Amino acid sequence: MKFLSLSLFALTAFSSVSCTNVKPWERGRLADPLMKPARDPLSDSISEHVWFTREAFAGGRGVGGGGCGCN
Amino acid sequence: MKRRTLLQSLALFLTTGLSRAGAAGFSQGTRLPDLSTFGLEGALPALKGKVVYLDFWASWCAPCKASFPVLNGWQKEFAGKNFTVLAVSVDEKAEDMAKFLKKNAVDFPLVRDATQKLVAAANASTMPTSFLIDRKGVVRLVHSGFRAGDADALHRTITQLVNEA
Repeated sequence: MKFLSLSLFALTAFSSVSCTNVKPWERGRLADPLMKPARDPLSDSISEHVWFTREAFAGGRGVGGGGCGCN
Repeated sequence: MKRRTLLQSLALFLTTGLSRAGAAGFSQGTRLPDLSTFGLEGALPALKGKVVYLDFWASWCAPCKASFPVLNGWQKEFAGKNFTVLAVSVDEKAEDMAKFLKKNAVDFPLVRDATQKLVAAANASTMPTSFLIDRKGVVRLVHSGFRAGDADALHRTITQLVNEA
């Protein structure tokens, strides 16, 4: 019983603090170009080419746009 | 004591879960609330008896930018038919909206939902989300996003609504 109570409490405590639900209209900061890990298209394409040459595959590096999740 | 702890944990778990449950929002068939109660920045146009294309947008949203020329075209095309586009910006900063509008000038009415109360009440599922409201103030269509090809279907619905008695 005590174990169950503690488990439930821990589960609630962790789920309360670890996740947040960002609504579509709150994604302005996520959509900021500064949030993109790579911001130089030329550098990106060169890196992609080197990656393709070495690993024989390309792509799979995320989708275009920022983090706004638009559309 | 044990039972009390268990009940307290359960209550906490349930309230956490309930607080995360989303609002119902504006769905098809619901009546549009009085927009003047949401503290919107900017002049609200008269909406009574008009077909309204209520569009939630943001300056950081690329599809919103793509939709603006289309919306502007509808505003001009249906100008004499009791139709209006009402664009509601959800930008946190007014200067972001102003900067966007300087580059993308439009003729339809614009307001800013600075407190984001209206968009939360509408529960927009993505950016942009638009609601087509008939002359009686009832939501007839909810449209999420804006992709190439959406304009034709929306245009047909607007035409149908403006031609309704």
